[in-house]
Amino acid sequence: MGEFRMPSLGADMESGILVDWRIKPGDPVKRGDVVALVETEKGVIEVEIFESGVIESLVVQPGQKVPVGATLATIRTDGRPAETRPPVAAATTEQKPEVPPASAPVSTPPPPKSLRPRVSPLARKRADELGVDITTVTGTGEDGSITALDIERAAEQAKPSATAIPPATTKGLDLNAMRRVIAASMARSKREIPHYYLNSTIDMRCALDWLAAENAKRPVTKRLLYSALLIRAVALAIHEVPEVNGFWLEGGFKPGDGIHVGVAISLRQGGLVNPAIHDVDGKTLDELMENMLDLVNRARTGHLRSSELSDGTITVTNLGDQGVESVFGVIYPPQVALVGFGKIVERPWAVGGMLGVRPTIVASLAADHRVSDGHRGGRFLIAVNRLLQEPEKL
Amino acid sequence: MIKTTYREAIRAAIRDALLRDERVFLMGEDVGRYGGCYAVSKGLLDEFGPERIRDTPLSESAFVGAGIGAAMGGVRPIVEIMTVNFSLLALDQIVNNAATILHMSGGQFNIPLVIRMTTGAGRQLAAQHSHSLEGWYAHIPGIKVLTPATLEDARGMLWTALEDPDPVLIFENGSLYNMEGDLAEDAGAVDIASALIRRPGKNISLITYGGTLFKTLQAAAELAREGIEAEVVDLRTLRPLDTAIIVDSVSRTHRAVIIDEGWQSGSISAEIMARIMENAFYELDAPVARVCSVEVPMPYPKHLEDAAIPQVPGIVAAARRVVTGHG
Repeated sequence: MGEFRMPSLGADMESGILVDWRIKPGDPVKRGDVVALVETEKGVIEVEIFESGVIESLVVQPGQKVPVGATLATIRTDGRPAETRPPVAAATTEQKPEVPPASAPVSTPPPPKSLRPRVSPLARKRADELGVDITTVTGTGEDGSITALDIERAAEQAKPSATAIPPATTKGLDLNAMRRVIAASMARSKREIPHYYLNSTIDMRCALDWLAAENAKRPVTKRLLYSALLIRAVALAIHEVPEVNGFWLEGGFKPGDGIHVGVAISLRQGGLVNPAIHDVDGKTLDELMENMLDLVNRARTGHLRSSELSDGTITVTNLGDQGVESVFGVIYPPQVALVGFGKIVERPWAVGGMLGVRPTIVASLAADHRVSDGHRGGRFLIAVNRLLQEPEKL
Repeated sequence: MIKTTYREAIRAAIRDALLRDERVFLMGEDVGRYGGCYAVSKGLLDEFGPERIRDTPLSESAFVGAGIGAAMGGVRPIVEIMTVNFSLLALDQIVNNAATILHMSGGQFNIPLVIRMTTGAGRQLAAQHSHSLEGWYAHIPGIKVLTPATLEDARGMLWTALEDPDPVLIFENGSLYNMEGDLAEDAGAVDIASALIRRPGKNISLITYGGTLFKTLQAAAELAREGIEAEVVDLRTLRPLDTAIIVDSVSRTHRAVIIDEGWQSGSISAEIMARIMENAFYELDAPVARVCSVEVPMPYPKHLEDAAIPQVPGIVAAARRVVTGHG
C-alpha cells in the first residue's frame, strides 16, 4: 500500500492547506495525475501523484492544514492488494513450529528497512499529553526522527488551524506570506551561498535576424520570442558545464536529474515565482514557447503544479523588459546558479576590425562558489554566447 | 584559600590521616625514599619514619595481600599501586579476598583497606601504564570505587574512605596531578556516595568523572556559545553509582552523552546507559551517545595518544549531534 503525502513545493515550505480533492476513494490513478489542490504561500498548486494504483482512503479533509510529509491519502498500488493479504501463504511458512535442525545456523535475512516512524520516547509521551497525532508530524531530529520539540510545534500549529481555516475560499495569493517566503529564501541564499558573478555582452544580431525571418513565416499566434532562444541556449550550455545545474544538499553538490529551467515570473500584484520548464534541452522552440506562455498564464492565476515549483535545477531571470541592462542575481536555494539577462541595447560593436551598430544583451551568471569556479562559469557564458550565434541550431 | 595542586592535595590528605590516626600507614613501591613515582608521598618518610611510610618489594600481590591482613589485624593501611595496569597482578587479592572476606566470614571480618592507584592516559606512558580500568573494578560487589577529579575531592575523599569499614579503591587520573587551583584552607572530608552537578544546564546531560571532567566542562562552555546549555554530572564514585542524580538530570534535559576515558565495550559507560534505559526511557528525546577511548592499546606517540582518548572537540560534536540531530 502506498501513501500520498503532502509534497514539499519549495525548500522553504513547512505545511500546506488541502484545498480540494480531485479524486475519491476507489478512483484509479496513474503517476502524474493531478489529484489535489494544495494552497501554499505561493498560491494554489495542483499536486500530482507519483504512484499508480487505486485510491483507498482520503486521510485529510479539505480545509485542513498539514505539515510537509503528512499522509494525505492511501493508495492501493498495482498488483499488491492492501489489507486483504491472503493469509495462506504467510501462515504456512510461519506456523510450522517444527524443530529446526539443531546444528544448522539460522540465517536471518536482513530485516527490511523499518517504515515505522522514528519517534523519541519523550516525543510519544508529549504527543499523548498534547493530543497530537504523531503520523501528521514531520521529524527534524537525527535521520528525520520526531522529537518532543516537533510535537510541541505541531500542537502549536494545530491550534489556529483547527478553528479558523475557511475551506477553499482563500484561493489566490497571500502576498504578505509570499513576501515572507521570498525574504526567508533570499536571506538564506545570501547567508549561505558564496556567490560569484560574471557577465558577458553577447552580440544578438544573428539571433534576432534569424528570429525575424522565422517569425515572418509564422502566424502571429505561433511567433517566437527571443527569450525562448535564451532559455534554449542556457539549457544546451549546461551540457558543457553541468556543475551549474543542480542543488547544494547536505554539504555536497547533487547534479540535477535533468535540465529543468526555472523561469522567474513576477506577478502583477507583486511577488515572484519561478516555476520550472522540464527537460528544456529535449524540447523544440515551439514546445518551449507553448510551455512558457502556459506557465506565465497559470502563474498569474495561481494554478501552478507541484512538480513545476520544486523541480527547477537552475533559474533564468530576464529583466530586459524592465529596461535593466544587466542582472546580478541571487541564487534560489538549494539551486547553485542563476542566469540573468538584461535588455537588448544597440551598441557600437567591433567585429573583424570593422565598427558597426549591433543589438547586444548582457548575460550574467551568479553561481555557487562551493560547486564551481569562475573558470567554469566563464566557460558556461562563452557557450551561451556561441549557441546564440547559431540560432538555427537551437 | 590556598594555591595548591591535585598532587599536593592528596599528599595533604595522607599527611592529615597519618596525623589524625596512628593506625594509618602508607605502603607501596617507592613511596618512601623515592617519594612515590608521581611524587605524591615526597617528604613523608622524613616526617613519619619507615614504620609508617613503607617501601615494598615489587610484588603487587604480596603487598596488597599484606594490606588486607593488616586491615584485618586492626590497623588502617593505605596501599599505593603505581598504575591500574599493575593492579592486575593484585586482582586475586582485591577481587577474591578483599571484596569477599566480609561475606565469606559470615560478617566476622571486615577489611578497612584503602588502595590508591593512578589511572588514565595523556602522559605518553604507552599501553602498559595508561589504561582506564576503574570501570572493571566497579563491576565487583564488596568494594567501593572512587574517582576524585577536583582538588576538594582529592583532599577530602581519603579520610572518608579510611573511615569506611570495607575496602575502598581510589583512582587518581595521572593527567590531573599537576592541575593547579584554589582550595579552602579548612578543606576536609567529603562524602563518597554521591555524584555532583558541576555545571547546571537544561539541554543535555554530559555525564563523566575523573580525567575527562575538565575536558567536559570546557566542552560545555563551548556548547554554551552555540546556545546549547549542557549540564555536567561528575560521578565521583563509580561504585556505588549514584543512579538517582543521573536519572534526575536526564529527566530534566532529556538527552545525554557519557564521556569516559575507558573503552566502551562492556564498560561503566555502558552501565550508565543501561541505567538510563531502565529508569528514564520515557524521558529520552534522542539516543544516548558516548565519547570513549578508541578501542586500541594506548599508543605511545603523542598525536596518536591524543587521538585515542576523548578530547573537547569530540565531546562538543557528540553533544551537538544529540541535541540538534546533526553534527
